[in-house]
Amino acid sequence: MALLLRTSKPNSPTLLLLLLLLSLFASSSLAITTRNEGGYTINGRVKIPGFGAKGFGLPVKANNAKVILNGGQQVTFLKPDGYFSFHNVPAGTHLIEVDVIGYFFSPIRVDVSARNPGKVQAALTETRRGLNELVLEPLREEQYYEIREPFNIMNIVKSPMGLMIGFMVLVMFVMPKLVENMDPEEIRKAQEEMRNQGVPSLANLMPGNARSN
Amino acid sequence: MAMAIKLSLILLFFTSLLLIPTTLSLFQDQVGLMDWHQRYIGKVKHAVFHTQKAGRKRVVVSTEENVIASLDLRRGEIFWRHVLGADDVIDKIDIALGKYVITLSSEGSILRAWNLPDGQMVWESFLSGSKSSKALLTVPVNLKVDLDSPIFVYGGGCLHAISSIDGEYLWKKDFATEGSVDIHQLILPGGSDVIHAVGVTDSSQFDTYEIDVKNGGLLKHTSASFPGGIYGEILPVSGDRFVVLDASRSVLVLITINNGQIHLQQTHLSDLIHGSSENTVILPSKLSGIFSLKTDSSIIFIKVTDEGKFNVMEKVDKTVVVSDALALSEGEQAFALVQHGDSKIELSVRLVHDMSSNHLKETVKMDHERGFVHKIFINNYVRTDRSHGFRALIVMEDHSLLLLQQGEIVWTRDDGLASVIDVTTSELPVEKIGVSVAKVEHSLFEWLKGHMLKLKGALMLATPDEVAALQKIRLQSSQKNKMTRDHNGFRRLLILLTRAGKLYALHTGDGRVVWSTLLQSLRTTSQQQCAGLKLRQWQVPHHHALDNNPSVLVVGRCGLSLTSPSALSVVDAYTGKELQNLGSAHHSAVQVISLPFRDSTEQQLHLLIDADKRAHLYPTTPEAAHIFQRESENVYWYSVESEAGILRGYGVKKTHSSDTPSEYSYESRNLWSIVFPSESEKIIATVTRKPNEVVHTQAKVIADEDVMYKYISKNMLFVATVSPKASGPIGSATPDESVLVVYLVDTITGRILHRMTHLGSQGPVHAVLSENWVVYHYFNLRAHRYEISVIEIYDQSRAENKDVLKLIIGKHNLTTPISSYSRPEVTTKSQSYFFTHSVKAISVTSTAKGITSKHLLIGTIGDQVLALDKRFVDPRRSLNPTQAEKEEGLLPLTDALPIIPQSYVTHAFKVEGLRGIETIPAKLESTSLVFAYGVDLFYTRIAPSRTYDSLTEDFNYALLLLTIVALVVAIFVTWVLSERKDLQDKWR
Repeated sequence: MALLLRTSKPNSPTLLLLLLLLSLFASSSLAITTRNEGGYTINGRVKIPGFGAKGFGLPVKANNAKVILNGGQQVTFLKPDGYFSFHNVPAGTHLIEVDVIGYFFSPIRVDVSARNPGKVQAALTETRRGLNELVLEPLREEQYYEIREPFNIMNIVKSPMGLMIGFMVLVMFVMPKLVENMDPEEIRKAQEEMRNQGVPSLANLMPGNARSN
Repeated sequence: MAMAIKLSLILLFFTSLLLIPTTLSLFQDQVGLMDWHQRYIGKVKHAVFHTQKAGRKRVVVSTEENVIASLDLRRGEIFWRHVLGADDVIDKIDIALGKYVITLSSEGSILRAWNLPDGQMVWESFLSGSKSSKALLTVPVNLKVDLDSPIFVYGGGCLHAISSIDGEYLWKKDFATEGSVDIHQLILPGGSDVIHAVGVTDSSQFDTYEIDVKNGGLLKHTSASFPGGIYGEILPVSGDRFVVLDASRSVLVLITINNGQIHLQQTHLSDLIHGSSENTVILPSKLSGIFSLKTDSSIIFIKVTDEGKFNVMEKVDKTVVVSDALALSEGEQAFALVQHGDSKIELSVRLVHDMSSNHLKETVKMDHERGFVHKIFINNYVRTDRSHGFRALIVMEDHSLLLLQQGEIVWTRDDGLASVIDVTTSELPVEKIGVSVAKVEHSLFEWLKGHMLKLKGALMLATPDEVAALQKIRLQSSQKNKMTRDHNGFRRLLILLTRAGKLYALHTGDGRVVWSTLLQSLRTTSQQQCAGLKLRQWQVPHHHALDNNPSVLVVGRCGLSLTSPSALSVVDAYTGKELQNLGSAHHSAVQVISLPFRDSTEQQLHLLIDADKRAHLYPTTPEAAHIFQRESENVYWYSVESEAGILRGYGVKKTHSSDTPSEYSYESRNLWSIVFPSESEKIIATVTRKPNEVVHTQAKVIADEDVMYKYISKNMLFVATVSPKASGPIGSATPDESVLVVYLVDTITGRILHRMTHLGSQGPVHAVLSENWVVYHYFNLRAHRYEISVIEIYDQSRAENKDVLKLIIGKHNLTTPISSYSRPEVTTKSQSYFFTHSVKAISVTSTAKGITSKHLLIGTIGDQVLALDKRFVDPRRSLNPTQAEKEEGLLPLTDALPIIPQSYVTHAFKVEGLRGIETIPAKLESTSLVFAYGVDLFYTRIAPSRTYDSLTEDFNYALLLLTIVALVVAIFVTWVLSERKDLQDKWR
């Protein structure tokens, strides 16, 4: 896939023509090409699934997509088909980051080697996965908002207030049942004990009810 | 039983709250509730109108913040915008084919085309050059030649022809082969197939080239030597005539090209204008047959007659700003002049052929806080009566952008806010007592209505209209936009100092500009260039003690070098009035130190350190001097000399030496210095603690009830150095030759508390220091990933105090006073984690009492701000935490820090061109206010440990009411039941 373009004399017209022709073919190659003036060119493509299928036209979201070399040394933008290129990059190991809001991209380590030019050596730094060609895809979509859960009776029940009501209902309806199910003798015992200890009944606690005792 | 279940449930709820690091998540319908986002573009450099077609009328602008934007001409809103890289300065813009915006940037080496309707980049071409030169861009309007509508670009010493359809190279002409010529102008005479390039060789020879448009072949080259040398640019007057100034700036040279011959004609300026002028320049406005000359006192319009004579047409004041010429119809051209009057501006449009009268003259009222007009761009439209109407886009001194039409300001943009230098805040005035009952009733009704709507919303019963109404109520809740102090401390004024020397006060509620002031002391005049440096709180009166408005101190510098004199002014924080203009002081200002002392009027004492290391005290009152002299023994500061690699600590000399200029100036004495070896270390970052940071407790209780004592010193300095080879960008150094060393230095004694080496790592380093820890971000070349490291520093001298027996006997040192001079034993813990993104800025939340846990705020390369719980960067995280450690809230060790999308505080917004993140504590302990600035501004408030001390905005009051009602009903029901039972018991 990688294609090497070596232009020795860029101002010679025949070679220039050749370069033009070659670049037509090379437009689909995602590689590192050499230049004579000390720098190399890194070509790549950003593919966002769901939109790339149509081939042309990036989503509105990706309109503001940026591709960043070495933390801001160079910033470039995507062409409509998702291609990008960095020019005049010196030999060395570089870092490419893709910034598209709504997507999480892993930074990419790209080796531009002076010894064997044209060879692509790229790897995702997050997953350490190597890339054969410089096609960058997001690792995942990013959702910046919590999804509001639809109305659910359980949510209300689970809230502190719901728990309070639930507990009350439990006491009101289940406790008498429990008392009923108990052994009558035990109830009598308990009642006696209560009377002895003088545990006030709920009615006694009511303000206007002191007379009932 | 049920109680126990309930209790355990609640316990579970709280423990889960405690153990899971909190994320600051937001629902989509909460956007705008407590945050705001403002989009700016910066000071406009070039503007191109696009109004020919029916439909959306727009103006495309490029700015000094490297922004290319398309603005709505009717309302000034941004249709689309792109922020280019920091080094990718836009040289020229134009529109090609009526649908592409062409930008030339990076000294003419990158040419891009953007789709005009939506701003999508269509193509990009890299133009390689052989040398650096100026950049020129020519987009031919109607080229007769059958060619792929080319664009001609001169950059890097080469002329390129690029197809405007797809950005393909058509041809290239390298002028380097023609000797060291520097092309000044590209001219494409209409209808011809020859492009003229006019340039200068070694500033002593004029060269003209005629180049074939089709293939770039050189048709003709003529040159004429001019031994006098030239100054500035060659300006074309007509197709074959050019003017230029000679090197002495006293002779005008008219260059005429006739039949391939160059004729030079020299005219002494003194023949044209009376009086001498030293700083004469030719203004770059292109007006056919006319050019304008700016002298020391005025602007002169000079017509070039057919015989090659100069005729002075008019003299106007030198503050007048002239636009480029605008072609109206066949051969008719118009240009605009703007003259600044007192609180108004006069716009006049003139026809080039009829200079004597104004075609149009309008007077527009102008806020004098906007300063002078800096630039003007004009555009015409055809009125219904077929006459020409004009609209003018003007750029003001404060970088704001205005559109004038029919004598009125159609819209304004405060684009000075795109270049914030420094931020401070101010409290709002206290609310006056005496609110009318009607107001309360009204607000109560509104409140109830709002909550009914909220309940409906929660129960999913609301109609779309009601949802919209709910959203509106939420956004416009008058509570948050009031101009008074609130109980929670959410409402404040953000005071921003911009590069234009203008001070803005923004309300935190909705981000509106409360006031703005163009500081007179910082205005750039023709003699000197002034710029703001620092913004400090000057007077923060306690409202019980003093009925005074708070004020801020603005420190600026007039001139470009460090030794230039400083300019100081004090501004009222409520009104924006300049209270005191301390004028341009006689000394420079390299450092501004806010001292922790106040005088009786609650003015904060400040020290300004000048380039000669002399300290100047402000305010200059005897009382301040007295306070300072009393405390001068305890005043220390340090300086960082990055180039030399030296840190120096200073104190104040006690004795007044005779050569100090005033009684408020003090000589400094060098106390200590740390010299980094220049061959192996280069200082790239220094960070200190925020001076107003509050630390709640020194003790930190760790697992198994053990206590560690934080080393809390206000005088800790974090220094990062790299090996000189690795100081370039990533990719320029190999792992073996790059070493990053970080230091923690005590700035009082110069003691190095801690030193750590990261082999195979390099900058850029972004760091934040808070309490007893420092977190820093750097690049690890071996793993080829970014890393965030943490160092926590603990005071070992207090560690023994845990022994109860010693405490009883009295052998503890708890009573020994804490002193900055003491040299306690310290111990550090550190840990490194991978972090995915590059970082632009890093900051930490700050709260009123320092009890709430902290979140790091990381400004990523994508211009978003990520909140990361400090617990993720705890150095004590281990692979298998023990049960006790888990209870403490320690997370198991991971190699990378998680990026949770919901914890981006900027959620779906981007703060384009992010430069800084400021945090301000609210009065409510749980909450911290966050302000991020760059080209855009973003404000929000965050609660790192959730709002544990107040109910959240979406608290369901209705459900609470419902519960209370239900409980009361239940109480009565049980009461009746119980009474009945009692009665039955008694009958028994």
